[in-house]
Amino acid sequence: MMTNPGNRLTQGQFSFLPDLTDAQITGQIKYALGKGWAVSVEYTDDPHPRNTYWEMFGNPMFDLRDPAGILVEIDNCRKTFPDHYVRVMAFDSARGWETPRMSFIVNRPKQEPGFGLVRQESEGRVVRYTVRSYAADKPEQERY
Amino acid sequence: MTRTMQTETNNPVDAVDLEAEFRASNMQEVLDTLDRELIGLQAVKTRIREIAALLLVDRLRRRFALTSETPTLHMCFAGNPGTGKTTVAMRMGEILKRLGYVREGHLVTVTRDDLVGQYIGHTAPKTREVIKKAMGGVLFIDEAYYLYKPENERDYGQESIEILLQVMENNRDDLVVILAGYRDKMDRFFQSNPGMRSRIAHHIDFPDYAPEELLAIARLMLANQNYRFSAEGEQAFAEYLELRMKMEHFANARSVRNALDRARLRQANRLFERRGRPLTRDDLMTLEAEEVLASRVFREGRLDQGRA
Repeated sequence: MMTNPGNRLTQGQFSFLPDLTDAQITGQIKYALGKGWAVSVEYTDDPHPRNTYWEMFGNPMFDLRDPAGILVEIDNCRKTFPDHYVRVMAFDSARGWETPRMSFIVNRPKQEPGFGLVRQESEGRVVRYTVRSYAADKPEQERY
Repeated sequence: MTRTMQTETNNPVDAVDLEAEFRASNMQEVLDTLDRELIGLQAVKTRIREIAALLLVDRLRRRFALTSETPTLHMCFAGNPGTGKTTVAMRMGEILKRLGYVREGHLVTVTRDDLVGQYIGHTAPKTREVIKKAMGGVLFIDEAYYLYKPENERDYGQESIEILLQVMENNRDDLVVILAGYRDKMDRFFQSNPGMRSRIAHHIDFPDYAPEELLAIARLMLANQNYRFSAEGEQAFAEYLELRMKMEHFANARSVRNALDRARLRQANRLFERRGRPLTRDDLMTLEAEEVLASRVFREGRLDQGRA
């Protein structure tokens, strides 16, 4: 049974929706900036769910007032890594939160092979599960 | 921007009411505040009025699907010290926001230090960082001519200028760049950077203030701080200005502000020395002639302790 046709990566916000348009991305970033969160752009070619820390594309952008500046950075990142996953993060530095409050994907590789499930038989009837990205078999930079 | 344009073109109209549009844009209010709070500066006000009219007409033209490019609003303010360049730039952000030209209307003030890096590869990210912060608002580059140092061919300022030029051309919708500086140095700067000159549509001159304008400025400054001159005080200040204007390092409104600050010091001292007597609200507000006349400009014909 195909639970996820197209093997689209579903991480972060809006990932079950069709890709956001630039206008929609602008709207989301505007919301984040309005809350005073620092927005940053990150990319990776290893989309394993446990790969929390993606590579930073430049520094997080503090003190911005308008989404246009971040959109420029997103476009730069898409141009540099057209076949990587790119996500936008909004970090809330307020005491008590100090954590990303938003995270959504803004760029995907054209082909997403998805993940395979490896079942390992163990003692008794125990089964251990491992999720592996098919793309991660290849070395970095050659994955997508 | 393009989206709104399309929806507006879908239902074309036959005629539009410029007057109604004008009233709806509360532009009159903006212009009135400008008139009230900025003394003199006719050239500046005229230019702002022209820009306002253009933006309004542009909005109407869009209803008839008469598309035109976004007008460039990059400006250069040239004038002597203290002629109100920074003050106007601060206002500009708010004005352009009211007119719907920029989205946020905040002002990012930078000088050479904020744009130019210290080693190879440092300048570009630094300049881009600043530009990103200014997007949606106004980027104000004070003393812009320091960006370009012709005597040092390995200076990184040129790199910064090139990035600025590129952004001024490509991201016209996103930010307005205002350069400011003293006139002669600005002229030299533009001579060596013709690309910059041509990308700036509005070269606005800030003339020196006339004595009566300076007096009006002093009155306004005092009123903002809940002070006022007594009749003799004002007379004395007019005399002070006359003398002070002939001296070196006269910095227009800035000199006025400094003179007023010193007068306030002396007033506080005067009130303090006569303590024991009850003081009224009026006493606390009024600057007398003696505060002004105590200045060294009168006593020795030179400046107070080298202050401008």
